[in-house]
Formats: sequence, C-alpha cells, structure tokens
Amino acid sequence: MFSEYLFFIISIAAIYSALMVLISKKPIHSVLYLTLCFFAIAGHYILLNAQFLAVVHIIVYAGAIMVLFLFTVMLLNLNIENDFKKPRLIKFAAVISGSIFFLLMIAVLKSYDIAIVQNPALTQIGLVKNLGNVLFKDYLLPFEITSILFLAAMVGAVMIGKKDIY
Amino acid sequence: MPDITNNMQFIPLSYYIAFCTALFAIGVIGVLVKRNALIIFMSVELMLNSANLLLAAFSAYRNDPAGQIFVFFIMVVAAAEVAIGLALLVMIYRSTHTIDINVLNKLKW
Repeated sequence: MFSEYLFFIISIAAIYSALMVLISKKPIHSVLYLTLCFFAIAGHYILLNAQFLAVVHIIVYAGAIMVLFLFTVMLLNLNIENDFKKPRLIKFAAVISGSIFFLLMIAVLKSYDIAIVQNPALTQIGLVKNLGNVLFKDYLLPFEITSILFLAAMVGAVMIGKKDIY
Repeated sequence: MPDITNNMQFIPLSYYIAFCTALFAIGVIGVLVKRNALIIFMSVELMLNSANLLLAAFSAYRNDPAGQIFVFFIMVVAAAEVAIGLALLVMIYRSTHTIDINVLNKLKW
C-alpha cells in the first residue's frame, strides 16, 4: 500500500537523521540533521492529514527554532570539534538504558488495546478550517494567554541576553 | 464516517507508537551521552517532537481535535523555551567560555 511505504520511508529518514544528530562531530552538522528530522516529522503530519500542524511545524521548527540554533552556533563560533567526551562506560550505560526504555515502552504499549474510530487518511479535523473553529471556540482563553507567555519569554530573553547584568 | 472496507487499509497505530518511542529513546540517549549543552538542548527538542507526533497521531485516529490543539500549544511553549534556553546558553558561554556541562556543576549536589 502506498501510504505504508511512504510511512516507512519517512520514518527511516527521521530516525537516521536523529541518529546522525548524535553521531556527527560538529555541532553545525547536528543542527542541519535536526532540520532534516523536523522535515520528516512534518511529512508524518501530512500523512496523518494534519495539514495545519504540518505547516505550523515547518514554520516554527524549521523556520524559527533551527535558525536560532544556527545563529547561536555561528555567532558564538561553537563549531569546534569539541573533544569533551564522556567516559566510555557512561556512554555504554546510556545507550543500554535508552534501549531498555525503548523496549519497555513498546512492551507496555503493545498490550494496551486502543480503540480506533477513524481512518486517519479521511479525517477532516486537521484541516485549517475545522481546527480554527475548535481553537477559537473552545480554546480561546488559552490561546490568548499564550500571548502573555510569549511576551514574558521575549522580555526574559532580552533581560538574560543583556551584557551588563552580571 | 468511512465505510468498513475503507477502514481496513491504513497504517496501524502501533507503528506510530513504535516510531515515536524510537525517536524519544534517541533523544534520551542524546541527553545522557553528550556533554555539549547545545546538543543536549537539541535532543530535548527531539523528545518534544516525538511526543507531539504521537499526540497528533492519537488525535487523528480518534477523530478528536483536542489532541491537535494541544500539539499547537506545545509548539508555542517550545518556541518560548528555545528562546529563553538559547539566551541562557549564550550567557553561560560569555561567562565561562565553554558550553561543556561538566564545568557547570556548582548546583549538582
């Protein structure tokens, strides 16, 4: 089936680029691989027929957040192949514990029976029209409060970034 | 509602669970393995995104728009968090000239 093949291709791309974020030596390569991973996740949103989320994801993550990361790496000249490494034992333990976490979650969630009510390729809830209706009817107050959150974040970023604060 | 024959052919929800868990585990491993604060921050973003995707998947399969609204709000919070976090990172770099987290152990114990 076509969408299943698409799912596997996008998933492999996402997991490969997520692994390359950790494997690559230079921070700037990690940032670029993370951007690739975010585009793959946007493809997953499109596959789920969540078009609004796909567009917002590309704009917010690939457009804003990754540019911030790139600015930080480039402006601070952090693109050194930094040699600070953790001991091999700690790395080994971290990978083992991460894998155990993965297996445990799979084992737990496999036994859980989830009722599916809708074919995800046919849902209409992810379209801009329907999601906007819900957002501005049922979630209007949280939506307005996020503007205060953004204002606080903006003021905080400027305050922290000021040079003569310490 | 689509008819039953149409319902028979879509990607199982467990595929999404497996994929998102794998992505989350990669994020966890990144936080545990790396010492560069920037890479740790990116791993946190990866974990946030895997949770987002799973939320959207459940929302699409259950035909419930609340999940996708939550994903939208999580993205908003993530954007604010990244702005603050990178400002903190820049300040740390200015005062210590490194972003190695092993230097920043004054609050550890």
